Amino acid sequence: MDYQPPPFFSRGPAPLVRLAFFASLAVLLMVLDARFRYAESLRQVVALVVYPLQRAALVPVELFGAAAEFFTTQVALKRENDELKTKHLQGANELLTLEALRAENAQLRRLLDARERLRVDSTLAEILYQGRDPFSRKVIIDKGSQQGIQAGQAVIDDIGVIGQVTRVHPLLSEVTLITDKEQRTPVQVVRNGLRAVAFGGGDRGTLDLSYMAANADVQADDLLVTSGIDGTYPAGLPVAKVSRIERDPAYAFAKISCIPTAGTEQNRQVLVLSSEAGFPPLPAETEPLAGSLPKQKRARRRE
Amino acid sequence: MAFLEQSQRILLPVNPAYMALTLVLALLFNLLPWRDVTWLPDMVALVLTFWCVHQPRKIGIGIAWFLGLVMDAGNGALLGQHALAYAVLAFAAIGLHRRILWFSLWRQAAHVLVLLLACQLLMLGARLIAGGVFPGFAYFGGSLIAAALWPTAAFLLLLPQRRPESVDQNRPI
Repeated sequence: MDYQPPPFFSRGPAPLVRLAFFASLAVLLMVLDARFRYAESLRQVVALVVYPLQRAALVPVELFGAAAEFFTTQVALKRENDELKTKHLQGANELLTLEALRAENAQLRRLLDARERLRVDSTLAEILYQGRDPFSRKVIIDKGSQQGIQAGQAVIDDIGVIGQVTRVHPLLSEVTLITDKEQRTPVQVVRNGLRAVAFGGGDRGTLDLSYMAANADVQADDLLVTSGIDGTYPAGLPVAKVSRIERDPAYAFAKISCIPTAGTEQNRQVLVLSSEAGFPPLPAETEPLAGSLPKQKRARRRE
Repeated sequence: MAFLEQSQRILLPVNPAYMALTLVLALLFNLLPWRDVTWLPDMVALVLTFWCVHQPRKIGIGIAWFLGLVMDAGNGALLGQHALAYAVLAFAAIGLHRRILWFSLWRQAAHVLVLLLACQLLMLGARLIAGGVFPGFAYFGGSLIAAALWPTAAFLLLLPQRRPESVDQNRPI
């Protein structure tokens, strides 16, 4: 005869069993998310659930901002007005010549039978908050796939590149800043056209130019702009300024740190640029000729 | 025998809606648009630990796991990172709840500090394996602050369960 415990003592599976179940589920999710990017649809669903909470969390901040705006003094307004006027005057000269230059440029391009550079469409967005994740540098903006934002688009503010849209939710998107450790930006030195790749410095809020030869022609205070060869960032947007160069003969590469020009931490309004379409298709892989170099060498040369 | 370092007053039964409300408020705190501050206390972890210690029958590892998922999606972190940490935190808090309640509030806070630090270490390990950077030791400051808030949190979260301290001759307690 076996005795079953009465059902009112039943408390479901033991805590250790539950922990094992949920922990393995979490580990599975992490692996799927980090290695294979399969968890995006689940993330979208949860993000939609969290969206009202996120907006609610912004209300006190917006109220504080509105109150601060209400109490702005006349002196501050006057000062800002003066600054803007000065800036306008300084820019007016260049603006006047810009139209003429643009027309001339278009004509020259036609003459050269060059493909006309497309004007890039842009969407104005506002940074809602910085992701509370100390391991990465991301901001959340208030436009999502409903407003036509796509992953991979470049994000700029009025002085330069801020980052790239890496994840799109229906109403929000995540922008990875150029200073994130995982972020790479193709850049070019304005002074001499030298191309390089800027690596995010992670925690320090800086950028590094890695894999530059120790004798590369880079000087302090050189301005770096996007080179545009990746097809993601339009060419010529300011990215960073070189701040410090260490050339140690013991190493093959120079250690170059840069400070981002854009206010990656301060600005609230940003522009999301739609990716420049119309690049020529990549050349098809050609079959190696008989008796040519072995495959491995070809692969290395292509790099 | 003074086993207990504090007088235990008999509390009213907890209202599950109140537990849910406090957890949502903690989530709201965590989702506030904080700027670049790494040493923020994780309020969700604190409130979750509190309820796991005080009401282990009403809250469990499953709820903790889901809260972690919400935190991950809301902050763009690695999906499952908070879920794992909170599930382990809830398990440990439920396992220790009989022991923790014997101590005074500040000694309880010491227990909680260990739990929260273990939770952060788990997340740190997960992120380092996934290729993250070490955010600096200020990251662990969040746990210190959260543990220091434990006595206040315990007082506030137990407020609705306290009954009026009126002297009644006919009532023994």
